[in-house]
Amino acid sequence: MSDISKKSLTEIVKLIKKKEIKSEELTKSYIKNINSDKKLNSFITTCSEEALRKAKDFDKKPIFDTLLPGIPIAVKDLFCTRDVRTTAGSKMLENFVPNYESTITNNLWNEGAFLLGKLNCDEYAMGSSNETSYFGNVMNPIAENTVPGGSSGGSASALAAGLTPTTIGTDTGGSIRQPASFTGTVGLKPTYGLCSRWGIVAFASSLDQAGPMTKTVSDCALMLQAMVSFDKKDSTSINKKKENYSTSLTNNIKGLKIGIPKEYRVDGMSKEIDKLWENGKKILKDSGAEIIDISLPNTKYALPTYYIVAPAEASSNLARYDGVKYGFRSNKGNDLIEMYENTRSEGFGDEVKRRILIGTYVLSSGYYDAYYIKAQKVRQMIKNDFDQAFKNVDAILTPSTPSSAFKIGEKKNDPISMYLNDIFTVPINLAGIPAISIPAGSDINNYPLGMQLICKPLDEQKLLNIAYAAEKKINFKQSLNRWWEK
Amino acid sequence: MSIDKDKIKHISKLARILVDEKKINGLTKDLSSIFKFIEQLNELNTDKVEPLSSILNKPLRSRKDEINDGKIRDQILKNSPQKNDKFFVVPKVIE
Repeated sequence: MSDISKKSLTEIVKLIKKKEIKSEELTKSYIKNINSDKKLNSFITTCSEEALRKAKDFDKKPIFDTLLPGIPIAVKDLFCTRDVRTTAGSKMLENFVPNYESTITNNLWNEGAFLLGKLNCDEYAMGSSNETSYFGNVMNPIAENTVPGGSSGGSASALAAGLTPTTIGTDTGGSIRQPASFTGTVGLKPTYGLCSRWGIVAFASSLDQAGPMTKTVSDCALMLQAMVSFDKKDSTSINKKKENYSTSLTNNIKGLKIGIPKEYRVDGMSKEIDKLWENGKKILKDSGAEIIDISLPNTKYALPTYYIVAPAEASSNLARYDGVKYGFRSNKGNDLIEMYENTRSEGFGDEVKRRILIGTYVLSSGYYDAYYIKAQKVRQMIKNDFDQAFKNVDAILTPSTPSSAFKIGEKKNDPISMYLNDIFTVPINLAGIPAISIPAGSDINNYPLGMQLICKPLDEQKLLNIAYAAEKKINFKQSLNRWWEK
Repeated sequence: MSIDKDKIKHISKLARILVDEKKINGLTKDLSSIFKFIEQLNELNTDKVEPLSSILNKPLRSRKDEINDGKIRDQILKNSPQKNDKFFVVPKVIE
């Protein structure tokens, strides 16, 4: 691995601006790293030639007053990219080439970045281990045969292994924060509505939110700044003044109140996670914050609520895949209905089908009130818990995940144990609030563990500041033996 | 609520997904355990709670119904699995 790909995005941007490195040299070093991706399988599509051409174009006529000048970036394959195939990790979209660009990727390109490739993910972002992807498992650079988390597993793996300087993911129930936690990287899920959903393959529209995945908190602030915009094309996009997250970043968090929710101490949580949490408290206290015990009484109902709301929205969103206008079509079936049934049976993987069936059932006549309306009521109660808590605290500290990265295959045959991975991240999506996972330590196997900070809606700056202060004190270092290059 | 094979068949019909006979037992078992998990919600009294309708606490913005693109038929057709020069092609629907 070249030295340049060990650097943070913030450092690389500085080098480019100081003309100490050219975009072409930078891009070449990432392409070289991507050539060793075979065992990691973090990329679905590479755009090396086109990226090199863009890098050379940049060097010929550099524009330095952007946030991401001449930076190559690989993105989760859930973001539609014009003329570059976008699969969502599914056979259904194996050959889908959008003729439009998602707002988020477009914002990155407007800030001077260009596309390096498309990253593997769970099929339609449904999964917590990247094992549901039609394009195969992704491995975690921390150890062979270990999952990188999901659904943004390819993004986390490529970032941690130095195959892209930064990346973006989407988070419906933890799909940015859990893989960040599993790979020793930083991942932020913004307030619902802050980042446009236009051009992102939809999973559950009231929960989906794009966000940055980066090596450091400074990088995260920079990327978020580049991503945020008001977008007329997304009816849930928030219209507000653009903030300068990156230059406003400070580690001064004196006097901030940090809540510790007792309900997040779940049964069977390992001592290591508990220790990590205690350490997090101590670090924030040492930085001048005040630690306060709080209660989020309906926490235990978040996951059951999620497994009604998310599949319901997914069953509706995925109804569009009928084999007519785009995507896969089965050649079996004697009429239109049979064509639909075969197309959806062959084109979707098992987990996606499972969730469509759950969603169809909870929305079906006679069951709608008992399941869907009930879940929306409990969702309101969960949101009220957070609203109440934020009357007394500035932020909430919890672990990001109940365990570190697990082995491939370990949880694949037990959906509930897989779903439990997201126990600490799901409530945040249900409440539409922002949260970040930062690396906070390691377990006995030296696998990274993350801690999660949560703030009230649109408090991203405060969230980043607290994370920044904690990051400085934790001083997490990860050394990878780069087994996949051998 | 228990999930049985007939229920799975009914839902898969509604969802337009053909379920393989060989997979139906496994699917019944998985969905049963998921619904048992989901039904924890019945422990909660929600009589006085209004269901959440929007996470943003305000109605969605609507836009003017204006035509802002068009004449991209060939681009749109490019991704179709079966087409002739102007149309999407589907199995015969009218006898």
